Formats: sequence, structure tokens, C-alpha cells
Amino acid sequence: MTDTDTLGIDWALDWVRGCAATVTEHRARLIDLDRAIGDGDHGENLYRGFTAVLGKLDAAEPATVGDVLKLVATTLMSTVGGAAGPLYGTAFLRGAKAADGPEVDAAGVAAVLEAGLGGIVARGKAEVGDKTMVDAWTPAAAAAQQVADDGGSAAQAWRAAADAARAGAETTDPLVAHKGRASYLGERAIGHRDPGAESSALLIEAAAVAAGA
Amino acid sequence: MRSTSLVLVSHSAQLAAGLVEVAAQMAPDVDLRAAGGTDDDRIGTSFERVENAVAGALENGADAVVVLTDLGSATLTAESVLEMLDDDRVRLVDAPFVEAAVAAAVAAQGGGDLDGVAAAARTAIVGFQDAAGSAAPPADPAETPTSDGAVARSLTLTNSLGLHARPAAMVARKAADFDAQVSINGVDAASVLALMALGLTGGAQVELRASGPQAVEAAEAIAADIEGGFGES
Repeated sequence: MTDTDTLGIDWALDWVRGCAATVTEHRARLIDLDRAIGDGDHGENLYRGFTAVLGKLDAAEPATVGDVLKLVATTLMSTVGGAAGPLYGTAFLRGAKAADGPEVDAAGVAAVLEAGLGGIVARGKAEVGDKTMVDAWTPAAAAAQQVADDGGSAAQAWRAAADAARAGAETTDPLVAHKGRASYLGERAIGHRDPGAESSALLIEAAAVAAGA
Repeated sequence: MRSTSLVLVSHSAQLAAGLVEVAAQMAPDVDLRAAGGTDDDRIGTSFERVENAVAGALENGADAVVVLTDLGSATLTAESVLEMLDDDRVRLVDAPFVEAAVAAAVAAQGGGDLDGVAAAARTAIVGFQDAAGSAAPPADPAETPTSDGAVARSLTLTNSLGLHARPAAMVARKAADFDAQVSINGVDAASVLALMALGLTGGAQVELRASGPQAVEAAEAIAADIEGGFGES
């Protein structure tokens, strides 16, 4: 077993720091995407949320992957306004419950993504093709499951998930939105990437980078 | 004493506080809590404010908490709080905000439990017209009461505003207080929304019917309120 077969608390902490770094780096781009088809606050909200997570991380001393994800969940829920807070908050909350035990293997990665997707669907009631976060999370969860079925490592599962989420986010460009504020725009949303799908791809990519994949 | 509290979640702190004010007039003994606006008082909803309101109600001795929301992300936030708390005593009812708050507050004032208060809130979903039409079978004024203990009274509303929100809540509370089924002009008198939907103003005729073990007491108590103009002129 190599050291990337499973992932533990150190990976989880790196992932969260990576999330904060990527939303900081892409803050302006997310704002621009959201300004085109939403209310323009997505980049700022996520930046504020993950900055708050970083602030709590040091004091909280989480012991397990689940603890880390739960801290992210509660912090995002209370600091990210609009729909993104409850959506990502629930995703991380359910992901925390799925990440049972000290280490996460490839099947665990798939379980975390599947649980996170379930949380987003429970709150947002969106389906694939609605031009939402679901368009990134659904292929990501499926790709991780495929790696787990093929006997791959946790890091390989995150890499496959990140690539699938990236491709999934790009599929939202030509879509008409069926959920959220962008749905009011009808065909004017065509040609714009969904900001939630884009930020989802960034966060899942951060998990893969933290896993060294 | 059984108690059910309400948490009213709105994008606006003022809207939530205002609705608490309205509902409190009809339910003075119910623990009503506003959770409106973001942490820094912008328009939006705050997970922490909702969580604190629910926790505060439970710490204050509530047996149950019904959470009501105005729209969109307020509902998402409240759902997230409930998922996090994972507590059977707390329930979200997705129903028209103002109407549901009024109906739920009156039910809670009458000692309603979680199911009872949640059901009252849900009556707001059907809307005023439907509530009036479907709450009880229409009464036939010419019908002679035949069942044991059933009573019927014909009355006139003496106060000028008639059966508006506050008097409707008074009647609904009394109807719920007694072991009796009470109807006014064919609608369930325990439903504040159904009573308000009748749109009865001063001078209107009221057909009050009651049946059940405490039919006489219920009818007398409600008739006394009506004849006294609900303390209004």
C-alpha cells in the first residue's frame, strides 16, 4: 500500500487550505461569472466563507477527516450568504458523515462525493442539465466510484473526480438554467458558465491537489 | 403545560420582527422568535440566527419548535439548520409566511403540539379561499340540529370591523379550548385562516354551530365574545 492509497487528517487540512487558496485566486472570475447570470456575490461569498474556515481551523483542532469537513460545513452555512451557504454547507455536512473513520480510501472518496451531491440535491432540488453545481458533482462522484471499482487509490479517485467535475462545469456553458436566479434569464444564460458548477470544480480540484494527484 | 414555539425566518430582520409582532397579538403566551437578515443585518438569512432562535426556544422550555420561512434561501438555510440539529422536536413547514405564522401561533396558543401546530401552518398552503371552502361542509341555515348536544345560534357581529384577524384568533382559541366541534357559517371555527377568509364585517350574520361534549359551553363562550364585539366598538 502506498501512502496515497488512503487519505487522512493531513490531507483534509490541506484540502481546506487549498479551497481557501483557490477561491481567493479565482474570486474575481467567480464574481464575473455570477454577475453575468446571477447576482454577482458568489466569488465574494465563497471567499468570505473559506477565509472564516481558515480562521476557525487553528483553534478547533479537528481530529478526523469528518471533523474537518463538519467544521467547513458549519462555517460555510453561517458565513456564506445566498443559496451557496446552505448548498455547500449541506454537501460538506453529509460528506463529513460519509467520511467515517481516520482514513478515506477510493471508495470513501466516492462516498464523500456521493453524499455531498445528495446534500446539494436535497437543498437545491436540481438535476443534471439544470446548469448548477449538480452538473459538476454528478460526474465527479461517478468517476470516483469507477476508480474505486477498478481498485485505484484515493488520490486517483480525486484526480478522476476533479477532471470529471471540470468537464462537467464546462458542459454548463451552452445550457439554459432551470434553477436559481439564472433561470429567470431564459436563453440569455446560454454561453455563460454556471458559477456554482465552476466553484465546485475548483473545490474538487483542490482535493485532488491536496492528495498529490 | 405543553408548549410549541415558533421561529420566523425572513430575509429581512424587520419583516421577521414585524411578523412576530402580529402573531404575538393573537398568541400572547407563545414563545415567538424572529430570525431575519444576515449576521451583519443585510438582506439575507443567517444560519447562526436561525440556529440560535431554535436553540433559544428549546432552552426556554419549548417541547417543540415549528420553523417558518419567507422564501428561497431562507428555506434552504432553515433546512440546513434542521439537518445539522437532527432533532425530532424541530420541524420546518414550507407555507405562506404570514398566514402560516398566524395560524400556527393561534394553534400554539391553544396548546397545540408539534403535529397540531405544523398542521395549522399547513392550512395556509391552500390559501384563504380554499380554506374557507373546504374546512367544513357548508351549513344549511334551515337545518335543525338533531345530534345529541348540538347547538346552533344566530348572531350579529356588533363591532364595526367584524371578524378580522384578532377576533378570528379569539374565536379560534375558544373553539380549540373546548371539547367540541364548532363551526361558523360552515367553516371550522378552530381555523383562524378559515374564519378570516369568511370576510365577515360589522353587522354580518353569523351562524354558530357546536357539537360534542362541551358544545353548549363552547357556543356560549364564543357567542359572548361576538355579542360583546370582541371588546371593540
